[in-house]
Amino acid sequence: MRGARKILGYQLRDIARNRWVIGYAAILLLLTEALFQLGGDGGRVVLSLLNLVLIFVPLVALSFGTLYLYNAREFIELLLAQPVGRGAMFAGLWGGLALPLSTALLAGVGLPFLFRAGSTTIPARSLLVLLGTGVMLTLTFTAIAFLISLRFEDRARGFGLALLVWLGCAVVYDGLVLLVVTIFSRWPLETPLLVLTLLNPLDLGRVVLLLDFDVAALMGYTGAVFQRFLGTALGLGIAGLALVLWTALPLLLGARRFRRRDF
Amino acid sequence: MILPLLAGALLLGAPRTIRVAPGTALPTISTALGVAADGDTIRVGPGEYREPELVIARRLTLLGEGWPVLVGGDHQILTVTADDVTIAGFVLREVSPSATDDRAAIKVRDAGRCRIENNTLIDTFFGIYLSRAAGCVVRGNRIRGSGTTEALSGNAIHSWSSNDLRIEGNLVRGHRDGIYLEFTTGAVVRDNTSSGNLRYGLHFMFSNQCEYTDNHFLANGAGVAVMYSHHVLMERNTFAESWGSGAYGVLLKDISDSRLTGNRFDRNSTGLFGEGTNRVEVTGNEFTRNGWGVRIMADAHETAFTGNRFSGNSFDVSSNSANAASRFRGNYWDRYAGYDLDRDGYGDVPFAPVRLFALVVQQNEPALILLRSFFVSLLDLAERVAPVLTPRMMEDPRPLMQWPAVAP
Amino acid sequence: MNAITARGVSKRFGRLEVLRQVDLEIPAGRITGLVGPNAAGKSTFIKSVLGLVRPDAGELQVLGQLVNGDERYRARIGYMPQAAHFPENLSGAEVLAMIRDLRGPGVASDTALLDGFDLGPQLDKPIRTLSGGTRQKLSAALAFLFRPDLLILDEPTAGLDPIASGIFKEQLAAVRERGASILLASHTLSELEAHADDIVFLLDGRIRFHGPVTQLMERTGFANLERAVAALMQGGAA
Repeated sequence: MRGARKILGYQLRDIARNRWVIGYAAILLLLTEALFQLGGDGGRVVLSLLNLVLIFVPLVALSFGTLYLYNAREFIELLLAQPVGRGAMFAGLWGGLALPLSTALLAGVGLPFLFRAGSTTIPARSLLVLLGTGVMLTLTFTAIAFLISLRFEDRARGFGLALLVWLGCAVVYDGLVLLVVTIFSRWPLETPLLVLTLLNPLDLGRVVLLLDFDVAALMGYTGAVFQRFLGTALGLGIAGLALVLWTALPLLLGARRFRRRDF
Repeated sequence: MILPLLAGALLLGAPRTIRVAPGTALPTISTALGVAADGDTIRVGPGEYREPELVIARRLTLLGEGWPVLVGGDHQILTVTADDVTIAGFVLREVSPSATDDRAAIKVRDAGRCRIENNTLIDTFFGIYLSRAAGCVVRGNRIRGSGTTEALSGNAIHSWSSNDLRIEGNLVRGHRDGIYLEFTTGAVVRDNTSSGNLRYGLHFMFSNQCEYTDNHFLANGAGVAVMYSHHVLMERNTFAESWGSGAYGVLLKDISDSRLTGNRFDRNSTGLFGEGTNRVEVTGNEFTRNGWGVRIMADAHETAFTGNRFSGNSFDVSSNSANAASRFRGNYWDRYAGYDLDRDGYGDVPFAPVRLFALVVQQNEPALILLRSFFVSLLDLAERVAPVLTPRMMEDPRPLMQWPAVAP
Repeated sequence: MNAITARGVSKRFGRLEVLRQVDLEIPAGRITGLVGPNAAGKSTFIKSVLGLVRPDAGELQVLGQLVNGDERYRARIGYMPQAAHFPENLSGAEVLAMIRDLRGPGVASDTALLDGFDLGPQLDKPIRTLSGGTRQKLSAALAFLFRPDLLILDEPTAGLDPIASGIFKEQLAAVRERGASILLASHTLSELEAHADDIVFLLDGRIRFHGPVTQLMERTGFANLERAVAALMQGGAA
C-alpha cells in the first residue's frame, strides 16, 4: 500500500501538469460558465450539464485512459524493475489517472457554481448528484480503459475498442433499448427496463440524475416505477452497487491481468 | 323576553334586524333563527359559536360582524333551504369528514339566488355545497382545507345541478377539488385562485355554457379537468405547475363548440390534453416550459390551434396517431428554424411540431426512460438534417416568426 | 555465490519459443556480456531476471534469492532499459526522487555517473524538454545511482555520444572494482571485447556459449570477438 501511495503521488504530479487534463478542466469550466452566462439559473445549468457529463466524461476517461497507459508502457517497465509489487503499481497508476480526471471534472464544473454560491438559486442536491455521477463515471471508464489497454498490445486496436465501448454505452445501447420497447410494447416493460438501465452505467447515471430533477414527472408511469425503486433504500443500494460494480469489475479484471502479464 | 320580540315581528311584519352576541339576551344563532321571519337580518357579533346544525328555512340575511367563528364538528354548520338567503362575514371551521354524508360548512339545498360572500372556511370537509341552487353568487370567500387524502377531503366549492352561478374572487386551496361543477349550466367563474388542491383545481362535467375567465390554477395535484360539456369559454386563465405523473394544465375530454383564448400554460407535465374534442378553438394561448405543450388525441375533430406561443416545452405537440386531425396554423414555435423571405411575418416553410421521439413515446410510454439521452439528441439532430424523418402530422403551414406577432 | 542462476528456464509467447531450457550460472563480480542476434531471447532473459516476464518453467535465482513474485530482491538491482521513457511532465530530479522513494529509506547513493555526465543543470527541467541523449544519460545514471549489487544494462551506449560513452565505461570498471556484478546486453561487440570478462551467447532461445572472452576466441580461432561470434552463429550448435 505504501508503494501504491508513492507511485500515486508522482503520477498525480505528472498528470496534473498534463496539458490535456488541464485543457479538459478548462473546457468544462468554459462550458459551465457559458451556460451560466446564457441560461442563468442554476437548475437549468445543471440540467444542461447532464448530457455533457454523461457523454463527454466517459469519452475523455476512455480515450485518455487507454492512450495514457500505452504511452507509459516503458516507464511502467522501469518502475516494475524496482522493488515494487505489481498490485501497488496498478493501484498507483489507476489512482494517478482517475484522481486528476475527477479533480478536473469537479473543478471545471464546480467552480462556476462556487463563484455563485449564495447569489443564485443552486440546487445543491442535484449538483452533488451530477458531480457524484460524473466522478463515478470517471472511475468506471478509466478502469475500463485500463482493462482494454492491458488486454490489447496494439494501441490502434485498443484505442478503437475504447471508442467502440463508448459508442456502445452512449448510443447503440439506447437504440437497442428503444427497439426493445417498440417490439415488446404489449408487455409490461418497467421491470425489464429497470434491469436494462442498471446494466449500463451511462443510463443508470442519467436516470438517477433525471429522477433527482422534477423531470421525473414527465416520465409517467415508467418514471414512477423507477422512482419507487430508487426511492427505497434497497433500490438506491442496488443502483449504487451497480455503479460500484461497474468500477470494481473492470478494475479487478485489469489488476488480475496486470499481475499476470509479461512486460 | 323572547315572546315580546316574537310578538313584535308577527305584529309589525316589516324587516327587522336581530342581534346575536354571547352574554346577551340572544347568545345563540339557533334562537335567533327561531324568531326570525322572512326578510329579517341577523347580525352576529364576535365570539365563538358551537351550535347544532343551523337550518335557514326563511329568506334571511346572516351577517357576521367582527368575524364570529362558527364551529362545526360531526355535522354541517349552515344548511340553507330557503330562497334569497345571504351569508357573509363569518369564519366557519372544523367540519369532520364523513364517508356517507357530504357534510359542508354551508350547504344550499333546493333554494335559489343565495349569496355567500366574504366568509373564511377552515378545515371543513366540503366548503360551500350548492345542490339545485340556481342563481347563487359565491364571492370573495377564502376556503382552506388541510386534506391529505382524497377520501378525507371534499371539494371547496361544489355545485350539483345549480344553474346560472357566479363564482368570483374566491381563494381556495387544500381540498379535493377546488371548484367542482356538475350539471351546472351557465356558470360564470372568474378571478378565483385555486391552488394546492389534492385533485383538480377546477373540475366540471356536464356543465354547458359556462365561462371561466381570469382565474389562476396553480400546483393542483392533477390540474384542471373539463369533461363532457359544450359551449365552454376559457379566457385569460393561468394553468401552472401541475407537475407530476398524470397531471395536466387542462384536461379536455369530450368537449365541443368551445374556446380557449389567451390562457397561459406554464410548467405543467402536460399543458393541454385533448381527447374527443369537437370544434374547439385554441387561440392566443401561451404554452411555456411544459413537459408536453399539447397532447391531442386522434379522436379530436376540428380542433384548431391558432396564434399560440410554444416555447421551452420538452415536447411541443404530441399525438397517439399519425392520423390526428387537429389543425395548427399561425402559431409561434421557439424550435422553428425556417425563414421568411416575403417578410409577411410568417415562415415560408411549414413547421412540424411533433418530434419523432414524441410519437414513439406516445405509442410506447416506457420509451420515456430515454428522455434526454444522447441517442434521443441524435434522433433530433437526424430530424433536422433529414426532415423526412419528422412525422408530417399536424403541420403548421404558416408558423409565426416572432412573438408577440408583429404586423408586416 | 552466483549473481544469476537459471535452471531449465523456458518461455514461449504464443507459438514462439523464446527461451528453451536455459541453464546458466553467471558468477558474481564479473562483467558478463549477453550477445546474440535479434529475437535470440536476450530481452526475455533480462526481463525474466527482473521479474517483468514470468517463465513458463524453470527457476531463477538472483543474488541468491529465488525469483518468485516477491519484489524485494530488486532493491539490489540497477536496470537501464534499452529505451528511456520518463513521465513527460516530471523533472529529472523528480524522477530520481521517485525511484529513490520507491526503493525505500536509507538507500546508498553513488552519484559518480550523475556528476560525470554533468546532469545537474538539466535536472530541474521537465523531461519533455530534454534531448534523447540526455534522457539516456539520466537512465544510465539512474541504474548506477543506488549502488546496486547487480547491474543489468540493455544496449547502454546506443544513444550516448563518445565522451559520455567513455565516462560510462569508466564507471562500469569502477563498479566492478567494488565487487558488483554486471550483465550487459549489447550489439557492439568491440565494446564487449574491451570490457566483458565473460560472454553468454544466445541463439534461438538456447545458450550456445558461456565462458571467458579469451576462451571463446581460443575455441573459434578468431582473435576478434565479432568474427568469433559470427563463427558461432554459422556453426550453429557448436
